[in-house]
Amino acid sequence: MSLPPFELVVREHGPRVLAVCRGRVEAADVDDAWSETFVAALRAWPDLPADLDVEAWLVTVARRKCIDIHRARSRRRTDPVAELPERATEDPEPQDEGVWRHVAALPHKQRHVITYRYLGGLSYAQIVDLVGGSEAAARRAASDGLKTLREKEIR
Amino acid sequence: MSTTDTEMDRLHDLLVARAGDADLLDVAYRVHDSPVGALLLAATGRGVVRVAFDSEGHDAVLADLAERVSPRVLSAPGRLDAAARQLDDYFAGRATSVEVPVDLQLLGGYRREVVEALPRIAYGRTATYAEVAGLTGRPRAVRAVGSACANNPVPLLLPCHRVVRSDGSEGGYRGGPEAKHLLLRLEAEGEGTVGGSTVAP
Repeated sequence: MSLPPFELVVREHGPRVLAVCRGRVEAADVDDAWSETFVAALRAWPDLPADLDVEAWLVTVARRKCIDIHRARSRRRTDPVAELPERATEDPEPQDEGVWRHVAALPHKQRHVITYRYLGGLSYAQIVDLVGGSEAAARRAASDGLKTLREKEIR
Repeated sequence: MSTTDTEMDRLHDLLVARAGDADLLDVAYRVHDSPVGALLLAATGRGVVRVAFDSEGHDAVLADLAERVSPRVLSAPGRLDAAARQLDDYFAGRATSVEVPVDLQLLGGYRREVVEALPRIAYGRTATYAEVAGLTGRPRAVRAVGSACANNPVPLLLPCHRVVRSDGSEGGYRGGPEAKHLLLRLEAEGEGTVGGSTVAP
């Protein structure tokens, strides 16, 4: 099954993503949140499973972009020094769009589980429904995939 | 147009700019009106990869490009300004060819050789399928020339409309026989020599 032209995704889901962004960041940051969401989605688009729930996935990406923008803003407000070293994130979620190049290089199963787990926001039980196998195997695939990504110094 | 539409258009422009900066715009397209109907123009970073007539179904053509080139497809009219402007000049009789880079990745092998030979048929002239087969050094490949012309991904830019049947009839065309007739008439008037059958060396 092939993926539709990305233009259709923007047209169909653009307004919903805009609503998410408006609800979560200041008016001045809405353009950035919206366009960063769709740039990240465009980057990942060719490598995504064709049966992904696109809207749920985009909303998850948009929420994450909004959180990034909040963090960046609060750092700027509270820190007198502009360029503090980046704090390691508490969670293993990929923050950087560049990560998709490396995710795309992972073995099939790891790639799918990681995409569903960290971009789709699905539980392991839900992932097993989609890709088959056991929950333990899905967890292992995610953990192996993340290990590979960490070795490439991606957090 | 509602406020939301205007807002979405503005955000879409921003996305196109940022996608371009990140080198993620694999296929840019626009729809451009012409005397032969609305034309879909699509380009990769290398050049125009597809010109499609209304009758082909623009949505179906975009889906095909998503599958065969890349699903990173966005409407980005600015990327096709030069092609659109030159097509306007061609249809107005101000230009005899559309000189923009083309990307022939959708065609391989002999079909590609055939469409690459098409610009050797001068503006206002025609050549038969057999003559084009001769031009490519394979005089017996008449049928293959026909199918190459029928599958020319960039009609108008590479002039498959100048290839006609040996009995003098105009023959088929991806954009329909009326479109082919209109183009041949336009060029005959522009050239002042009707119905010549000469091929450039």
